[in-house]
Amino acid sequence: MNLIAKPSKENIRTYVPIGLSLVSLSILDVFANAFFNLNLMAFFPSQLNYFLPLILGFIGFYLIRIEFSGVRSLDILNKNINSNNFNALLTLFTIFIIIKSIPPMLDWFILEANFVGNSKDDCTGDGACWVFIKVWFNRFMYGLYPDAEQWRINTAFLILFVVVGVSFFVTEKLKKYFIFFLVFVFPFLGIKLISGGSFGLEYVESAAWGGLSLTFIISAFAILFCFPIGVILALGRRSSLPAIKYISIGFIELWRGVPLITVLFMSAVMFPMFLPDGTFIDKLIRVLIAITLFEAAYMAEVVRGGLQALPKGQYEAAKSLGMGYWRMNALIILPQALKLVIPGIANTLLALVKDTPLIFVVGLMELAGMIGLAKTNPKWLGMAMEGYVFAGLVFWVICYAMSRYSQNLEKKLSTER
Amino acid sequence: MIFKKFNIENKKARDLIPQAITILALLSVIIYFATNAQINMGNRGISFGFGFLNQEASFDITFSMIEYDGSHSYGRAFLVGLLNTILVSAIGIFFATIMGVVVGISRLSDNYLIAKVAEWYVEIFRNIPLILQIFFWYFAALRALPLPENGISFYDISFLTIKGWYVPKFIWTNFNIFLLSVIAAFIAIYYINSYATKQREQFGKQIPATIISFTALILIPLITFLFLGVSLTFEYPVLKQLSPTVFTYAGGVSIIPELIALALALSMYTATFIAENVRAGILGVGKGQKEAAASIGLNKNQILKLVVMPQALRIIIPPTTNQYLNLTKNSSLAAAIAYPDIVLVFAGTALMQTGRAIEIISITMLTYLTLSISISIFMNWYNKKMAIKEK
Repeated sequence: MNLIAKPSKENIRTYVPIGLSLVSLSILDVFANAFFNLNLMAFFPSQLNYFLPLILGFIGFYLIRIEFSGVRSLDILNKNINSNNFNALLTLFTIFIIIKSIPPMLDWFILEANFVGNSKDDCTGDGACWVFIKVWFNRFMYGLYPDAEQWRINTAFLILFVVVGVSFFVTEKLKKYFIFFLVFVFPFLGIKLISGGSFGLEYVESAAWGGLSLTFIISAFAILFCFPIGVILALGRRSSLPAIKYISIGFIELWRGVPLITVLFMSAVMFPMFLPDGTFIDKLIRVLIAITLFEAAYMAEVVRGGLQALPKGQYEAAKSLGMGYWRMNALIILPQALKLVIPGIANTLLALVKDTPLIFVVGLMELAGMIGLAKTNPKWLGMAMEGYVFAGLVFWVICYAMSRYSQNLEKKLSTER
Repeated sequence: MIFKKFNIENKKARDLIPQAITILALLSVIIYFATNAQINMGNRGISFGFGFLNQEASFDITFSMIEYDGSHSYGRAFLVGLLNTILVSAIGIFFATIMGVVVGISRLSDNYLIAKVAEWYVEIFRNIPLILQIFFWYFAALRALPLPENGISFYDISFLTIKGWYVPKFIWTNFNIFLLSVIAAFIAIYYINSYATKQREQFGKQIPATIISFTALILIPLITFLFLGVSLTFEYPVLKQLSPTVFTYAGGVSIIPELIALALALSMYTATFIAENVRAGILGVGKGQKEAAASIGLNKNQILKLVVMPQALRIIIPPTTNQYLNLTKNSSLAAAIAYPDIVLVFAGTALMQTGRAIEIISITMLTYLTLSISISIFMNWYNKKMAIKEK
């Protein structure tokens, strides 16, 4: 009757070794198959052969599923990946898929890939042609900015990083000046340095800007301007004055209701119609205005969330101290409200960075746009995969770092409260 | 001192001044823009108006759900674009929801591996700009598919090739009757469910409404096939040689690669956000709720259906609707890979041909705006209805 007893504490000494060896055997089979193209169980009929690792692994997992076995590591293993038959199957599938997908990925990225050379002909392997990225790297970073002048972009970003880095370590009193410099002085200094035209610097028109540095420039300026506009809109939306309230609502909902791409189209083809004949506003500035207004509307909604979350008592206390509207908001309400919505603000900024590649629709080329240009170059056809994988990695690192930072900030602030 | 007095005594006047200034500023900006626009259009010899919508469009669109060619009007082209936008949004929403729910539940799985894989799926696809994902699928992944002559075949019924995915075409007879029967089935399901709810709430009777609903959904349309003359046949795609080297498929429906890439990228990207909403919603239902439900004798299915889901859905639905809206707006990125959606067809080609920037951009923005605002009005109504009524 009890030919195969249910795995339990009594038969742990026979079942666990058998089970573990079955599981290892099944994983080993898939591993050998994926990495060395070996089929360890070729002597079985082919149809059985295909499912054998799954069956073996499944039986193995069944045999080692012993509740309260008294062996700590076995209990942890069972609890996490082997709590019932369905879970065991899922575990096996996941492990097999991961093992199966490693070799082709490894081949494409590294083993079969080409790293040396300067032209497409140097790419002889089946894998990725990283030569493409190497040759075009300068363009991907700086766009069509003249090579001889690229030190200016580097200097501007270097100053930015140094000032931001130093400002983390100085005293509170000095920090104020650093922030003042970053917000009010540096943007104009930096843009002057990059665009040139005075101080003996050669003028570089904005159409030549591009690559990853343009992504940063646009993101930085849009962040800088969309934040105060967003705060003002949020206050406007909560205002007791009907005209201001409804204008703010209309403005916010207008931008939030349309896709960014149509806003960019508007800035490119419709906006010039609204200006006096002959006036010309640089394309980059028009795009910046469009992105800023668009993101400001989202920012306004985030800030409004913070304003609504504040208890009424804060407003009443401020008023009872005799504060006026602006003093109340600047000193009491906004500092608390903004602190509440730091994660939301970070998410909006993240969305802004992710939206910058869209500027290609008006002909400005940041990283994704430059890749589009490079892959259509007759000498480098067929390099789309390498290009977009590279761009994806770059953006992923930036955005992932930002989202991790905002999560940490959220955790830090939530413990304080 | 005087100023303060002025403040207190004339509260109305004090409130009026900033409002008047704002309105005046806004009006003057609008008037300034309008006059400039008028002058500019005068210089170019065009006048403001929507009459151009009736003119012949004379451009072709690669993919259309309704009958369209160059001889149709711009208004018709707008409709084609709008339908294409709705099509890709609907496909995206459908798959994003399925994937989002699966990934969101997987993130809460007991299984460490599954939870980790789901977590990394979210982290990877959420942090890469959508436009790059679209480019990746369109320019890199789908370009690696084989040419039509050696397309990947699924049981010789449909073929995946570099030129698109060829699937069988449905050929209906008496489709209207079938459609009516489906609508009838849904109406029946609505009444069955409200009857079941009433029975449960008033008399405590359990009626297996779900099973009855499913049966109705299958049975009622089936009747039309058997008795009312509805029939369905398939037209399969067949390989056809155009010239010694060029092959294509005849018959069937071709799903263009632009649509596949766009739908794939949109659903994979939006699924990450929906997954986070689902996770938050399920985590948001307190443990005590489940324990309380179990203690009054509900079984596992009843707990899920009557206690956990209603509360979780209250948390999940509002942000998820927002994601649907975002997906619809994001579908405008179609313009980047030349999928003929409303932005490409109307704000792109039609604008280029007519030069009517103001009218066309306004119509395009207004379309999206109408969509967004109607959904957000609906959501506000829904939220109010679903909100916990505190006593």
